[in-house]
Amino acid sequence: MNSAVFRNPIAIGIAALLLLILAASTFAIVPETRQAVVLRLQTPVRTINEYKPNEVFGRTGAGLTWRIPFFDRLIWVDKRILDVELDNQQVLSTEQNRLEVDAYARFRIVDPLKAVISTGSTSTTEQRVKDQLRPLFSSALRNELSKRPFAALLSPERTQVMGNIRAGLQRLASQYGVQIVDVRIKHADLPSGTPFDSALTRMRTARQQQALTIQAQGQQTAQIISAQADAKAAQIYADAFNKDPDFYDFYRAMQSYRFTFAQEGKGQTSLVLSPDNAYLKEFQGRR
Amino acid sequence: MTILSGWFPRLTIHTADSKGPWGGGGSGGGDDDKSGGARNPWAQPPAGKPRSTGAGPSALDEFLKRARNTGGGGGGFGSGGRPRIPGAPGAGQLWAIGVGLVLVAWIGLSSFHSIGPQQRGVVTTLGRYSGTLEPGIRFTLPAPFVDVAKVDVAAINTDTFPDDTGTESPTDKLMLTSDQNIVDLDYSVRWQISNPQDFAFQIDDPRETLRATAQSAMRAVVATATLDDAIGSGRNAMEAQVQQSMQEILDRYNAGIRIQGVAIKGAQAPAQVADAFKEVSAAQQKAQGDISKARGYAQQVLAKAQGEAAAFDVIYAQYKLAPEVTRRRMYYDTMEQVLSKSDKTIIEAPGVVPYLPLPRVTRSVPDAVPVAPVMQSQGAAQ
Repeated sequence: MNSAVFRNPIAIGIAALLLLILAASTFAIVPETRQAVVLRLQTPVRTINEYKPNEVFGRTGAGLTWRIPFFDRLIWVDKRILDVELDNQQVLSTEQNRLEVDAYARFRIVDPLKAVISTGSTSTTEQRVKDQLRPLFSSALRNELSKRPFAALLSPERTQVMGNIRAGLQRLASQYGVQIVDVRIKHADLPSGTPFDSALTRMRTARQQQALTIQAQGQQTAQIISAQADAKAAQIYADAFNKDPDFYDFYRAMQSYRFTFAQEGKGQTSLVLSPDNAYLKEFQGRR
Repeated sequence: MTILSGWFPRLTIHTADSKGPWGGGGSGGGDDDKSGGARNPWAQPPAGKPRSTGAGPSALDEFLKRARNTGGGGGGFGSGGRPRIPGAPGAGQLWAIGVGLVLVAWIGLSSFHSIGPQQRGVVTTLGRYSGTLEPGIRFTLPAPFVDVAKVDVAAINTDTFPDDTGTESPTDKLMLTSDQNIVDLDYSVRWQISNPQDFAFQIDDPRETLRATAQSAMRAVVATATLDDAIGSGRNAMEAQVQQSMQEILDRYNAGIRIQGVAIKGAQAPAQVADAFKEVSAAQQKAQGDISKARGYAQQVLAKAQGEAAAFDVIYAQYKLAPEVTRRRMYYDTMEQVLSKSDKTIIEAPGVVPYLPLPRVTRSVPDAVPVAPVMQSQGAAQ
């Protein structure tokens, strides 16, 4: 009894382990996010869960799959949209302006077999495809941008530029079984140093000029307002005083005398009068 | 950790003390111990004898005896040991129960999924997508066969640019506008997962994709706007354009992401030229100041003119009623005021040319010495 109890579990365990190993090397779970290439003794025999456009999740090739243990080898390839980035690419535009461009391409491996074969059937297919794509992307980017004036990047034409880069890259990338989904320019900036500083200087002087213009315009407007007010006042005076210019002359003279001679604290006035003065005409008592 | 490791030995010592072979066997050999204890040479120290010599062998005896007792106890409790052997199959049962419990727990944990109201569960059966779980407690097959990834679809995520981590260099905020100026932009993107299975399966790194898309779209839009638009009034239009453009790009990737909104938090000129921009706003202030000062002057001039015109009109109305009298009255009134406050010199004889005391005329306060004769002459003249 004891011996049977002690011996059997080990045998069972070993058997279970062997079965497990066999099962693990026979069956494989293919997730929705991956596709696989089956190599039988290094000969590709089939692909599993290969990307097809417009497929519906749940009806793809994902799920449980099998292989002949120890003969078949599965090479996994990502099925999702992947990303290649180019940072700080120095590009010359047609007018020899230097530009610093960051761009990215989104791609999908649509032909896993091609991708695996062209990258040496290793387990890091995606990384290798990326490494292969990067120089191609860089040259496609340079080719396209060197044909364009700098201003084209700062206009709606930019979309077209990116479309052309995508097409150029697609031609080169097809050999890797890759579909370029999209190419975008993230940054297209003036490189730091002289171009950047000169742009800043230009901005600064433009603003200073703008400031001067605004100030001058303000002064101009102010002067016009003052002059208009003076004109209006003159018109008001004229309208009023034209009723009797002679009386106005007298009235204003009186005001003026009072202001000039009869103000407190504005200095003493000495008058030398002749008795013939109109004011003094009663002074002499002649009537 | 050090505290724990410090405690463990003490704990074991303690249990060894209390439940050790001596203590544990206490129930069986307790009497023996006590009788041994009574006869123990340990009781001798009151006799003043050092226990080192006497205690050694007797203590050793004691130990041996105890050891035998316990050993004998183990053997002697053969009948007591019997219940333990049925206990061994009991341990097997325990194992089975334990394994069963683990299985139940595992199935329970991996079969029941509590999907919150804001979540959806993306179910993959052996790797293949087999449905999406709606909120509630949901049941699936257990773990190795079915995997459920919970995706938060209600939460609105906000990504800020440049990100909070500060890993992006400050020049990343600087963007070229269509007039080849540089603008410094901070913005954020609010997004939501609209399609959980697309979000889970279509894109390698959804978040990074979103960030790259946002940067690309924002720069494309800024590149078509002027600096003044970007800084000033054009922001809302730009936000809408970026949102639309991002949504188009992400839809092309089937990313399963919906852009809820783009917000430009700050748009200003780069710090290097901020002074020049301040000059502009200072100039605007100054221009406004000049204009409002001119307006004030205009008000004042007009009010004065209207006032004087009105005063003239009033007096003129009176004058018209009695022109001659009014005129004379005004003349005398004025002359009175003028002459009453002035020094007057009236020269009668037309042939006399008076000596006009210039210091007197030019200065209001005459000097004492030289003026005195002048006063006299003036008086003589008068």
